[in-house]
Amino acid sequence: MESALIIEKFILITVVLVVSLVVAMYMTLVERKFAGFFQDRLGPNRAGPFGILQPLADGVKLFTKEEILPANANKLLFIMGPSLAMFTATISSAVIPWGRDLVFGDKVISLQVTDINVGLLYIFGVVSLGVYGMMIGGWASNNKYSLMGTIRAASQSISYEIAMGMAIIALLMVTGTLSMRGIVDGQASTLYGLKGTEGLGWNVFYQPVAFLIYLICMFAECNRTPFDLPECESELVAGYHTEHSSMKLGFYLFAEYINMFVSSAVISALFFGGYNFPGQEALVNAGVASNVITILGLLAFFLKIGFFLFFFVWVRWTIPRFRYDQLMRLGWNMLVPLAIANIGITGIVMYLTGHIN
Amino acid sequence: MTVTQSLFYFLAFVAIFSSLLVVLAKNPIHSVLYLILTFFTLTGEYILLNAQFVGIVNIIVYAGAIMVLFLFVIMLLNLNVQTEPQKTNLIKFIGIITGGIGLVVLTGSLKASDPSNLVVIQNVDMGLVKNLGKVLFKDFLLPFEIVSILFLSAMVGAVLLARKETK
Repeated sequence: MESALIIEKFILITVVLVVSLVVAMYMTLVERKFAGFFQDRLGPNRAGPFGILQPLADGVKLFTKEEILPANANKLLFIMGPSLAMFTATISSAVIPWGRDLVFGDKVISLQVTDINVGLLYIFGVVSLGVYGMMIGGWASNNKYSLMGTIRAASQSISYEIAMGMAIIALLMVTGTLSMRGIVDGQASTLYGLKGTEGLGWNVFYQPVAFLIYLICMFAECNRTPFDLPECESELVAGYHTEHSSMKLGFYLFAEYINMFVSSAVISALFFGGYNFPGQEALVNAGVASNVITILGLLAFFLKIGFFLFFFVWVRWTIPRFRYDQLMRLGWNMLVPLAIANIGITGIVMYLTGHIN
Repeated sequence: MTVTQSLFYFLAFVAIFSSLLVVLAKNPIHSVLYLILTFFTLTGEYILLNAQFVGIVNIIVYAGAIMVLFLFVIMLLNLNVQTEPQKTNLIKFIGIITGGIGLVVLTGSLKASDPSNLVVIQNVDMGLVKNLGKVLFKDFLLPFEIVSILFLSAMVGAVLLARKETK
């Protein structure tokens, strides 16, 4: 039994890792295709039909480029930077519930690597560690531009973590649990108790302000436009990864795309019902097999993730980059007070509607 | 030796080893990185005690926020051997005395506590969020709320200090 569980979890971890790597790989192509669309050009279309082999070509290019270690760099930390970036990007998917349980006879397979009771805090902790990859790599390059990028990354990530944590507190007041599965299962009910809305009781309808704050902070934590100041080409000669070449640079860029995938999954699970979809109650009542509903839920979850991935790209090619003081003002003077007010209002509303006494 | 015991000894060894390296490392950046490693081993020990909440919060607060600021400041200071101020013998002597007094106090208090009379944890799930929250909000409500307001006012004060002067 023990070894069966270990094998099952091992397979699940491998699948989750491979899926996040493949999604991240193809996100680079999707991003460039959409960039082409937004700028009225074709985008990459030479490698394979519609350019679908482009990510492979990029990977081969990055792997075979020359390795350059700067002469005065701290070699161990210089290589540790990109490795840490990849590591922190991949480990947060461990607590995401991808779907309901699959049942084969009396064997129940959980589509979540582990359901720890502090799952949300675990994700928050991993997000806060994400900055070390950039900091260590940027400092070890022994380059002033890299150091400036590093400092921007660190201050940005620390500032936006506060607003993010406060947005999550308001969400937790509604859900009453820190377990990711508990949060997703709590959204299976009706929306405001209306009839026929089973599976639509998503937290975004109960906590729209928290969702907005979380969304903005998510962009800041992933270093995506309009918050991509740590890797400003025009001011910093690329920022924290100026000195990194070949696959070390590739890992930094790749980690960003994995972060996008994982944070899309997290925000879908927290605010958009995860694997819940409207009409699931009707399917259960109609006697559809539970495994079919699980697969449909998995598809619904990936649809939501796909929407947020598209949203990342959409924003990147629409909104210009913030200036640094604007970034700090938005974080500290607007998002943090808004998040604190949201906590207070949530508490008052919950008290008046009799959810707490 | 059970798995838990061997994990404990491994984590304890890494914790002591890396905290020694915090003091002994020549490069201040390396010191901070070893300190981060120490915090991770402490989180491991908390999880072995089934105190998952404290373990994760230890990572978020210490490794995720405070140590980032430490690194941040040290990177900006650009400390190295040449710029380090040379300490006089008097300061070194005072340092040894105060450090030694601290060691004496620590040893004395460890000796005074009776190791055979350990506090037995009544409930193994004590460290889970649910039970911790119940204790904090039922038995220690007032101190807990006062501490939260203190933290909030400290944060507002930091924002106020960092604000640009309007003339």
